[in-house]
Amino acid sequence: MYTQAMDTMGKDGGDAKALRSAEEMQRQEAFDARIDAGEFIEAKDWMPDHYRKTLLRQISQHAHSEIVGMLPEGNWISRAPTLKRKAILLAKVQDEGGHGLYLYAAAETLGTSRDQMIDALHTGRAKYSSIFNYPTLTWADMGTIGWLVDGAAIMNQVPICRCSYAPYARAMVRICREESFHQRQGYDALLTMVQQGTDAQRAMVQDAVNRWWWPSIMMFGPPDDQSPNSAQSMRWGIKRISNDTLRQKFIDATVEQAQLLGVTLPDPDLKWNEERQAHDYGAIDWSEFWRVIGGDGPCNEERLGARVKAWDDGAWVREAALAHAAKHTPVRAAA
Amino acid sequence: MTTPSSPSTPVADPAMATEWPLWEVFVRSKAGLDHKHCGSLHAADPRMAIQLARDVYTRRQEGTSVWVVRSDQIVASDPGEKAMYFDPAQDKVYRHPTFYVLPESVDHM
Repeated sequence: MYTQAMDTMGKDGGDAKALRSAEEMQRQEAFDARIDAGEFIEAKDWMPDHYRKTLLRQISQHAHSEIVGMLPEGNWISRAPTLKRKAILLAKVQDEGGHGLYLYAAAETLGTSRDQMIDALHTGRAKYSSIFNYPTLTWADMGTIGWLVDGAAIMNQVPICRCSYAPYARAMVRICREESFHQRQGYDALLTMVQQGTDAQRAMVQDAVNRWWWPSIMMFGPPDDQSPNSAQSMRWGIKRISNDTLRQKFIDATVEQAQLLGVTLPDPDLKWNEERQAHDYGAIDWSEFWRVIGGDGPCNEERLGARVKAWDDGAWVREAALAHAAKHTPVRAAA
Repeated sequence: MTTPSSPSTPVADPAMATEWPLWEVFVRSKAGLDHKHCGSLHAADPRMAIQLARDVYTRRQEGTSVWVVRSDQIVASDPGEKAMYFDPAQDKVYRHPTFYVLPESVDHM
């Protein structure tokens, strides 16, 4: 579902170290030439350490976001208003789990184990999208997450289908193909509420939009001039379109959808700029973004706590399955 | 995947491994087509691998048949020797039908 310019969050970025040998320099040149020619890099191809590290950080954090992202919506599965909505929500949350698995598998091709990545998440070394540290207070939040949060995610993710690292690109193609239902079902749920609902339900939709709007447009990551690693990611074809460009595209697309829905977006400065042929929008509170990423959002502790508990509680199942397999699978002779 | 260097390469005693081994998943999208590699997953044993492959890779009727194979059982060519392996075919243009210029009247051959 959700990547958010994760490449800006690593503190180990930007330190392209001096190359060691002439051979390595040659490899680097050959690698750059392949990137310039628009070729894909496969798992076993030579790649610069920094490229590997950047990708590992981005893909694993993307995977973590999918998995943690199951929690805010999972919160409403048992309380969905109809059986139809419950089946839809279940399918969506299951998709997020699947997307996390595609992405973990892609990240593992870079030489890190699944357990190492999960440990990094659980010990706070790895981040996940800040959006999931906000609570889902009402049923309207489900529709709004689909419409705005998944909508922003899709806009972010489509360019990654052309990422230079092939295993990541392939995972993203699969994800994007499955994702568009997520946004549509959300908008559909909101439409039903505003068209067939009571005044209280319409107010509920507006309230949800008010709460999710700013965190959603923060999902595109910091402004371009405060995104120091972006240039390198662009150079490597990991990132294709800048944070601000994608954010603008999302805002422009969303305004009309909001009008059709009959809700307002909570930004008094949001207005069409004829000259730019785009919407102007108000200042984003980046201190909130960094605070929530840093661990001080409304639900950080709860989300991470739920993941750690699920992992710990499931330990005996993982061990038992392995023991069962060892007992029933003939041990293969060592090669 | 030249060497089975994946982190989940099984250790000698499976009971000592903590991570489920890695499997590659191949899906036949419909009868008449090849199985195609579509991704990988972790599973403790073959049955679980098939079950999880179905859940993870065929949620939307993407398949009519699934194969799984332990990743450490796949033998692959060395990407470092890609040129040596595959480039020699480059100058054997006579292996392609278009190499042969025939009179127009028989060119549909």
